[in-house]
Amino acid sequence: MATARTVKKAPAKKAPAKKAVARPAAPPRARAKPLDAKIPKGPITDKWDNYKADMKLINPNNKRKFKVIVVGSGLAGASAAASLAELGYDVDVFTFHDSPRRAHSIAAQGGINAAKNYRGDGDSVHRLFYDTIKGGDFRAREANVYRLAQTSVNIIDQMVAQGVPFAREYGGLLDTRSFGGSQLQRTFYARGQTGQQLLLGAYQQLARQIGLGTVKLWNRSELVDVVTIDGRCAGIVTRDLVTGAVQSHAAHATVLATGGYGNVFFLSTNAMQCNVTAGWRAHRKGAFFANPCYTQIHPTCIPQSDDTQSKLTLMSESLRNDGRVWVPLKAGDERPAAQIPEAERDYYLERMYPSFGNLAPRDIASRAAKRAVDSGRGVGPLKNGVNLDFAAAIARLGKDVVKERYGNLFDMYQRITGEDPYATPMRMYPASHYTMGGLWVDYELMTTIPGLYAAGEVNFSDHGANRLGASALMQGLADGYFVLPQTIGNYLAPMLNKPIPGVEHPEFRAAEEEAAQRFQGYLNIGGTRSPDWFHRELGKIIWNDCGMARDKAGLQRALSELPALYDEFKTDLRVTGDGASVNQTLEKAGRVDDFFQLGMLMCRDALERRESCGGHFRTEYQDAEGEAQRDDANFAHVAAWEFTGDPMKSTRHKEELEFETIHLAKRSYK
Amino acid sequence: MSHLENLVLKIWRQNGPGDAGRFQSYRIDRISDEASFLEMLDVLNEKLIGEGLEAITFDHDCREGICGTCSLMIDGRAHGPQKGTATCQLHMRMFKSGDTIVVEPWRATAFPIIKDLMVDRSAFDRIIESGGFITASTGGAPEANLTPVPKPVADAAMDAAECIGCGACVAACPNGAANLFAAAKVSHLNLLPQGQAERWSRVQAMVESMDDYFGSCTNHGECEAACPKEISIDFIALMHSDYLKAKIKDRKLISQQ
Repeated sequence: MATARTVKKAPAKKAPAKKAVARPAAPPRARAKPLDAKIPKGPITDKWDNYKADMKLINPNNKRKFKVIVVGSGLAGASAAASLAELGYDVDVFTFHDSPRRAHSIAAQGGINAAKNYRGDGDSVHRLFYDTIKGGDFRAREANVYRLAQTSVNIIDQMVAQGVPFAREYGGLLDTRSFGGSQLQRTFYARGQTGQQLLLGAYQQLARQIGLGTVKLWNRSELVDVVTIDGRCAGIVTRDLVTGAVQSHAAHATVLATGGYGNVFFLSTNAMQCNVTAGWRAHRKGAFFANPCYTQIHPTCIPQSDDTQSKLTLMSESLRNDGRVWVPLKAGDERPAAQIPEAERDYYLERMYPSFGNLAPRDIASRAAKRAVDSGRGVGPLKNGVNLDFAAAIARLGKDVVKERYGNLFDMYQRITGEDPYATPMRMYPASHYTMGGLWVDYELMTTIPGLYAAGEVNFSDHGANRLGASALMQGLADGYFVLPQTIGNYLAPMLNKPIPGVEHPEFRAAEEEAAQRFQGYLNIGGTRSPDWFHRELGKIIWNDCGMARDKAGLQRALSELPALYDEFKTDLRVTGDGASVNQTLEKAGRVDDFFQLGMLMCRDALERRESCGGHFRTEYQDAEGEAQRDDANFAHVAAWEFTGDPMKSTRHKEELEFETIHLAKRSYK
Repeated sequence: MSHLENLVLKIWRQNGPGDAGRFQSYRIDRISDEASFLEMLDVLNEKLIGEGLEAITFDHDCREGICGTCSLMIDGRAHGPQKGTATCQLHMRMFKSGDTIVVEPWRATAFPIIKDLMVDRSAFDRIIESGGFITASTGGAPEANLTPVPKPVADAAMDAAECIGCGACVAACPNGAANLFAAAKVSHLNLLPQGQAERWSRVQAMVESMDDYFGSCTNHGECEAACPKEISIDFIALMHSDYLKAKIKDRKLISQQ
């Protein structure tokens, strides 16, 4: 069976086509049955064991008969691809990077959580589970989160065996530190580059399989469509970013591990190329998109310095272990930090949340920073930041210890701002960082399209309405190493020796044709504005009206402005160059197109969720102290959106969240 | 915040691997000194698109100095004038008004140019695939604290593991050698107790696959000077020493004597 076929190189400019951009796909088939998360039976502690005891198995000799596509090579993608190949599956990996090692997991700084209880400070699987559910403001699915906490301990074992150089104590045992939203020291780290080291670990396992010939790597290849045939995912269509060739790939199962959509804000801590295209193209083909309004604004990023800024840089949450956050007590105080006496400083996190202090969770710390800056007490030349001060830590621990813990972060800060954080406090402001929403998946991480899986940040499953620090790496690796390699077999087993549609199937051809036309369409518009211009404008709308604080009027305004700007995009876009060689402007056009559609869905989701929870803060729903006010009676559910041809008209479905183990409570960090 | 004015950029343009390529000059009238070097290129690209011209192709992604995607020879120096800094972290405050800045892609036989400033660095992946890993299949790992790793060992391994795989070492080397890259990976894994089982086969496989693509090291030390992570050239010595020991230990060779 041919599994890959090149149809055509995207032609150079030819006869102008009429508006070929973003033709709505045919509406997916109506789905009668309610969302079934397929949560295994039994007490929560036994569910994953029960699942594994009941799942269907495939003989090792038969596994090679199954082709699995993995899109994305970050923690989730690389670990899934390597593990599936080790088991014997025939795996193809796709990345738009030049090398799998470039995936954005690499930029994670602070650490990875695991319930190892190496400190003897009272940690346990249950506590990590509880902290994660509470951190997510009781909007995550219990069974998935419990499994995540259970597998967290295996992740550390696995990564150590692979040679990840985690920080060690002098006796040679693993060191840990604290992170936001937890009162325990359960975060393992490798200096300020934990994501890099974990990704290189997973990448090296993937490279081993590539060297053995069990994985075929397609680099500089971007997914441009997902193909469904007879209600199953039959494969994908990709565009070769070097030649522009559009090509189909058929498989028994497809895994999307393509990250989050934080770049919808234009300015975010995500890498420049992070995008929603894979998830969105799957959504257009029938995969439900869950909770798109749950986005995380990270409290400690370097504030914007000018208008040409292309991205914001995160400073690890781990800095809040030793850094103290403060602003001047009085608005308009322009003295340098060192000249402001202690009595005239407001250490607002320590004041408002005494038990968690500077380690309050991200959403809470972000909103507190926004309030401080909005009240005119911001610091820095543009008055758009708050201080993160290490003077006390340096006095207590000495400069050498601080340097050992955070040296590379301090160096990075100095390179970007030109200021020395050993001498003067860092300036910080919140920025878009992570997206908890994503493709809806069941317990097996399968989307609503059978045979299509979503792992890591691209799915919605584990973090509810807010993710705790050091939990993204944990989730990516749990999904990739320990969950998917089990659950995919359960789906594939009944397909043994049954033929699957090949790339010559008309559905593949139609998808190729549509993708080629879509990209030619961007080239043909011949308008006046670049994709980046539109992206920046889109980002401003989303940041202003669907950012850290949202309200009905703002969301309605965004929902009237977005379609108008999107129409302009479709008629006034200018993409120079051609489609037959590397064209980063053209790549960007495709991604911005999908961001527009997602942005509309995000605002609709935020408008419909008439409560505040985690990162979704509706100003209408807050208590007397300005904290988020949930509405458990009406909104203790996952909102899963079905595409109907227009993101402004998508249908909202519900998955009710059942809390059997944890008692729903007000989330307090005071 | 202040601004730089009247910059001239001489940028390498090459339409594809087959094209001869040429320098082209561009003018930047005014740019904030807070802008990063790549943001300055973004501004130039927006201007080019505005004029109906094709944007300059260059690799970049995280812009935090960690993914290793960005490259660029700036005034003949890999990643530009600031020590220990990748291009994406280089800011315009390192330049002054009226400067002429020459921007080229990495130049190395093993890194063919794809377009403009973008090169193909997949030869690095081939080195890793040949042995840059510890064989530890998912599921079989022992308890993490079973094998203590002395802190100095873990720290030394981490010093090596910081390599971001950007290729500056190769671009800076007069021989186009990849010894610093390969040595960083060999040393990271060969230093750790977990890496001992494959220590000798790893170093042989990686050195030999490196030799398939890259030039030879003649101890110029340009690599260390160019490395944005300031990885020490000492690791090359460690790799050579392990390679020698591996060859002596190699039973196949012994049996031939």
